[in-house]
Amino acid sequence: MLTAENITKRFPGVVALDNVNLTLDAGKVTALIGENGAGKSTLMKILSGVYVDYEGQIFWKDNLVKFNNPKEAQQHGIAIIHQELNLIPYLTITENIFLGREMLSQYGTLDKNKMRRKTQELLDRLKLKVAPETRVVNLKVGQQQIVEIAKALLTEAELIIMDEPTSAITGSEVEVLFGIIEELKVENKAIVYVSHKLDELFRIADHFVVLRDGKSVDSGKMQDIDQDQLITKMVGRKIEVMRKKLSQGATEVLLQIENLTLQHALRKNERILKDINFEVRRGEIVGIFGLMGAGRTELLETIFGLHAARSQGTIRVEGKALSISKPAQAIAAGLALVPEDRKKDGLVLGMDVKTNICLTTLAELEIMGISSENKELALTEKYIGELKIKTPSGKQQAKNLSGGNQQKIVLAKWLATKPKLLLLDEPTRGIDIHAKSEIYKLIIQLADNGLGIIVVSSELPEILAVSDRVLVMAEGELTAEFTSAEATEDLILKAAIPHSIYEKQL
Amino acid sequence: MNLALDKDKLLRFQSLIALFLLCVGLSILSDKFLSVSNLWNVMRQISVNICISTGMTLIVLTAGIDLSVGSVLALCGAITAGLLKSGIEIPSDNLYIGFTVLGASLAGILTGSALGALNGWTITKFKVPPFVATLAMLTVARGFTMLWTKGFPISGLGDTFLFLGTGWFLGVPVPVWISALIVVLAVFITTKTRLGKYIYAIGGNESASRLSGIQVNRVKIIVYTIGGALAAVGGLLVTSRLDSAQPNAGVSYELDSIAAVVIGGTSLSGGRGSVLGTVQGALIIGVLNNGLVLLNVSPFWQQVVKGLVILLAVIIDKANSKND
Repeated sequence: MLTAENITKRFPGVVALDNVNLTLDAGKVTALIGENGAGKSTLMKILSGVYVDYEGQIFWKDNLVKFNNPKEAQQHGIAIIHQELNLIPYLTITENIFLGREMLSQYGTLDKNKMRRKTQELLDRLKLKVAPETRVVNLKVGQQQIVEIAKALLTEAELIIMDEPTSAITGSEVEVLFGIIEELKVENKAIVYVSHKLDELFRIADHFVVLRDGKSVDSGKMQDIDQDQLITKMVGRKIEVMRKKLSQGATEVLLQIENLTLQHALRKNERILKDINFEVRRGEIVGIFGLMGAGRTELLETIFGLHAARSQGTIRVEGKALSISKPAQAIAAGLALVPEDRKKDGLVLGMDVKTNICLTTLAELEIMGISSENKELALTEKYIGELKIKTPSGKQQAKNLSGGNQQKIVLAKWLATKPKLLLLDEPTRGIDIHAKSEIYKLIIQLADNGLGIIVVSSELPEILAVSDRVLVMAEGELTAEFTSAEATEDLILKAAIPHSIYEKQL
Repeated sequence: MNLALDKDKLLRFQSLIALFLLCVGLSILSDKFLSVSNLWNVMRQISVNICISTGMTLIVLTAGIDLSVGSVLALCGAITAGLLKSGIEIPSDNLYIGFTVLGASLAGILTGSALGALNGWTITKFKVPPFVATLAMLTVARGFTMLWTKGFPISGLGDTFLFLGTGWFLGVPVPVWISALIVVLAVFITTKTRLGKYIYAIGGNESASRLSGIQVNRVKIIVYTIGGALAAVGGLLVTSRLDSAQPNAGVSYELDSIAAVVIGGTSLSGGRGSVLGTVQGALIIGVLNNGLVLLNVSPFWQQVVKGLVILLAVIIDKANSKND
């Protein structure tokens, strides 16, 4: 039904896709497999018309096509369920589903009844018991993901791309989705299923394509391969980074979190974090794993003082209770937060490497109240060298660097503040494998130097590779704790599934 | 690489080049343009706009805007004029407080700073968009100006005060000295101090700046306070030049000021631009105004031309930033 040949896509500093080939058949589910940063999402965005400047050819039903925008791809019958939720919060479910393809009455006005009925049908089919006029902002993340799925089902698409459709849902909701996928197969639609969760793929997929570092490594029938072989193809090599033995010195408690609670910003009686208790010792790396919406990012943000008005509980650093209500106080207390979204929260993209690295410590880089160019350059050179940041010079704008090097700038900016505790939120999101292992090495080295480190990640291999201790979160609670010796993917995942759904299954 | 570098340089100097071409054109078309007295006249006229626009530049660099500068200018001018002329009388205590030129001027500048700080406070504390907060201040400050002056000009302010707007010092008009001093200070702040770097960082990415420990709200309040203070200085210059505080002084000055900032290459979305660029923008507007008058172009056409120049400047700026 669709063939893509020799697709290459470059971003500044990275080749995201390198001569990738892909064939999709009607009535089949093709699993697209690869680590984060392997190029899966990029490839899907090309197929659905989001990225228009690529090399290579796409044939749709044997005709050469080139989509100039997502609308054109839709008109050809290609629908995509994006990994990031693309819903407009203050519109209703109905309005979101029909956005850009509203049904009109004979007078040219909106036919609200018809749209409402159609939405109700879709929600029934997906077994989501919410009224169509509910505003999306009032839905849980998992429910929002189901609305995304409904949106894709509405178009009479012949190819449906599902990019991590189960990242926020579990249990019974996943079963409903799989039922629908079976129906779509019977209707002879082609489906691309992108997921990390290998067991799901073995249940649902007919074919597989493995991407690694932007290249298509292998493809074939799902029945001809087993899980271990797939993992080997995905990773391509053993993850080299091995956590050093937990040093004996790691007994001195650095951070203590006691009964930390965070209220939802809009729904006052709902809590995003529920009585969180844990501690981090000097020189220790604590990994925190959770599904989407588990509250992992909010936990780090709350510790860093970003939600002071809505949070309760005690945060102690070196035994001293802190009341942190803004980042400046957190920094003064020796905390540093490397945020999840480095483009949005980590960097000033339009400014140069030097300014970004120096931003947290400008007060120390002055002589009599006047910024010292020499001091700033010295600091910049120091970190460009230490972290091996690949940049032509400190004057290069941050936006022109690759994701890995951008992330190193954010790290440099925080290391300059000489923190005691480093909070890392998805530290290797969207960066290539080489940069990834460099960052792992760096994290371990920093812990060896006595920093306490919290790594929040949705990638299990990452958590397992660097953590001394693994904490698991689900629905705002800590549900399990494992030492690095005890931790396995199975145990962690089981603990990450929200209680409400888990208990129903039992 | 070399080509790109040359293009970069060209872009940096584009408004200077435009200014130069404008001056060459005008000196050919009119023999009065290049006369010393005319050039000082132009400089004196734009010094008010330079004062206001310097403050506006700092504000726009943080991705904000201040629509209230014209009204603040009028109110501060009126307060200074009123205090100079009649002082404060408190009949109940049989008290009269007279003001020197310095005292009255400081009171005016203090008022401007306070109004600016109030702008900054509503914007940061209540998250009111700068456009709306300062639009409200535009109306409020104009209203207070009318209340203070009862709708009539306050004139006859004495020779000492007139020196500010009409005097000469070392062969250069006093307003030009004042605006030059302000520009030098602002250039120093934006390029050599922490505050300056914070201003650019906040405009470039407010969220990342906040997470980096920058006290974003504090910086914003400082910036709006400076904006208000500089509008007040503009008010002193205008009042002094006319020897009169007009209740409707400064109407639509915010537009000239924003125009200077934009023509000078500062991005309205913040993080990009410079004070010196704004000076060039103000010069272009000033020279253009002057030239159109010298060429006897009707005032109505002057407005049309000015509008088109602003539009052109923004279009060129957009095209450039797309190339980045």
